[in-house]
Amino acid sequence: MKKIKKIEIKVNGKFKNITENYKISDLVKDLKIPLKKVAIEHNQEIVDKKKISKIILKKDDKIEIVHFIGGG
Amino acid sequence: MKNDKIVIANKKFNSRLIVGTGKYKNMLECAKAIKLSGAEIVTVAVRRVNITDKKKPLLMDYIDPKKITYLPNTAGCFTSEEALRTLRLAREMGGWKLVKLEVLGDKQNLFPDMIETLKSTEVLAKEGFKVMVYCNDDPLMAKRLENSGADAIMPLAAPIGSGLGIQNKTNIQIIRKQTKLPLIIDAGLGQASDATIAMELGCDGVLVNTAIAKAKKPFDMALAFKNAVIAGRQSFLAGRINKYLYGNASSPKIGIIK
Repeated sequence: MKKIKKIEIKVNGKFKNITENYKISDLVKDLKIPLKKVAIEHNQEIVDKKKISKIILKKDDKIEIVHFIGGG
Repeated sequence: MKNDKIVIANKKFNSRLIVGTGKYKNMLECAKAIKLSGAEIVTVAVRRVNITDKKKPLLMDYIDPKKITYLPNTAGCFTSEEALRTLRLAREMGGWKLVKLEVLGDKQNLFPDMIETLKSTEVLAKEGFKVMVYCNDDPLMAKRLENSGADAIMPLAAPIGSGLGIQNKTNIQIIRKQTKLPLIIDAGLGQASDATIAMELGCDGVLVNTAIAKAKKPFDMALAFKNAVIAGRQSFLAGRINKYLYGNASSPKIGIIK
């Protein structure tokens, strides 16, 4: 049986294991993120939401998903 | 008063009261207080999505950004880099270009770091942002911000959340005299009359969060601030009398019964 290679990334400061060929769009789907209400950063660079199905995540990638909350 | 609108970055608003959306018990309370305050602009913070608790309510579900102008704020940022990163993300979220810049310099008094603030204002203005800038009540710094492309000057009344009210009226008046930009008192107001004083000094608006959110009755305080801002503006436009050291009787001196 072929062993599935685990890749570790960080999402909002928390470790997450993903499989090979895992894209940002897969992450958005898995986490049930309402895409219209968030902004995403990939290794400190803002991600164009239209391109999330093209970006394959690599080991040690850092993803930040932010939204608006109450603040002064 | 009917056509007395505040214009910020070419956009007209009827209400001169901007309210923050932090520190409320819950989103429902926040939304109701905003409605009562009559505010058309609310400040919001940019934070990580809670990826473990997806049921947490979203601000946008309670306050419709199509009806109320969201003013993304960099509250909690202590460097220019953090602030710029935050506002670029905010812009990405929904095209928000009107933003509030706040770069803090001290964790205890929460005073703005004006060097970092000035640096950030320049960069943001160049990137096409419309920047409303939280700053100290320092006329020279306010001038520099204006020269760097700020769209509104937002001096503090007192430290954020302190409720002390306007500490330096003279400086606020000097800033008022020197700038045509919207001048909005941000931070440190404690009660409705503080807002009236700000408006009577000639400020174009006030930003309030803690004083409403943490009042014993937030809804009543939201309404009080709404009325206080209107009263202060009316009073300013009406033009106050000169101050005299001695008494000046209101009733005619002739015809007094003897």
